[in-house]
Amino acid sequence: MARRKFKEIGSTADIAFLLLCFFLMTTTMGDQSGLNRRLPPIPDSEKAQDQQVNRRNIIIVRINSADRLFAGSEPMDISQLKDKIKEFLTNPTNSPALPEKEAKEIEGKTYMVSKGVISLQNDRGTSYQAYLAVQNELVKAVNELRDDFSKANFGKKFSQLGEAEQEIVKKAVPQNISEAEPKDTGKKK
Amino acid sequence: MSKFGSSSNKKEVPEASSNSLSDIVFMLLFFFMVTTQMRESEQKVIIKTPAATEVAKLERKDLSANILIGVPTLSYRALYGTDARIQLNDSFKTVTDIRDFIAAERDAHTEAERSLMTVNLKVDQDVRMGIVSDVKQELRRCSALRIMYSARKPGGNEK
Repeated sequence: MARRKFKEIGSTADIAFLLLCFFLMTTTMGDQSGLNRRLPPIPDSEKAQDQQVNRRNIIIVRINSADRLFAGSEPMDISQLKDKIKEFLTNPTNSPALPEKEAKEIEGKTYMVSKGVISLQNDRGTSYQAYLAVQNELVKAVNELRDDFSKANFGKKFSQLGEAEQEIVKKAVPQNISEAEPKDTGKKK
Repeated sequence: MSKFGSSSNKKEVPEASSNSLSDIVFMLLFFFMVTTQMRESEQKVIIKTPAATEVAKLERKDLSANILIGVPTLSYRALYGTDARIQLNDSFKTVTDIRDFIAAERDAHTEAERSLMTVNLKVDQDVRMGIVSDVKQELRRCSALRIMYSARKPGGNEK
């Protein structure tokens, strides 16, 4: 035992303690998490006309300045929003009022991809908490649809798939959330 | 005692040695060095991020630029009021300063990394969307399109 030679081993512990205290004071635990989103680029004036979407393919989710939620012009509680979005995106009865579906070939297989777009509008007076709660419900709806799709096609949950398969699912169940230009609806500020 | 120690040595029980103490402390030290990161800047606004269940982890922490929006902390209220303010790096800024801030953040990274840069919006839950929309519009104008709404898991620690 070479270590037995050092009689004054106690000071090492003190130094290490000092270092430990230093790191405890100057650092923070990393808990950086949140909802990832891509902002739409600033549209060119010509392009803006191309992006006209068929009315049935769009659902407008609006939060007014009193944090009230409207989905497709009817008032709604936030707990109902997820199912409404899922129904909108899947269109299980092929109703003409809900978005059309398009057969798309992804990696050699054809899937029915919904053309639905969720348009999220908010007022300047909406609270951030309400806004993020709605964003969260939208992401949850899409995530659950992706899980369903993965189970039906690959027999696994979305999170357990490989990277290539995840890409296929992402293409088949796109997350089309458009954050509209802010509009000054209702009372100002 | 005799049951266990009977086989070979009949020595006395030695005093508890403190040699391993330093090892233990070093192990703790390394644990903290690995799991934590340096505090980037002093937070001058109060931020309680809203809860969200579908949160994802920020992939490249070194490639993120933080924009903080919230009410100034008590010591800054005399100067900056109690309205929600934007904090970039260490100081209070306005929406027009975001352009320079993003440009500076871009310059700090290599060409390849720039497209992966994420703007982390840390916004207090009681802030009105007006100021957030202004920031978002400005980010679109700077074509910094990857953003993240900072949120915490419900029931997690509030930060």
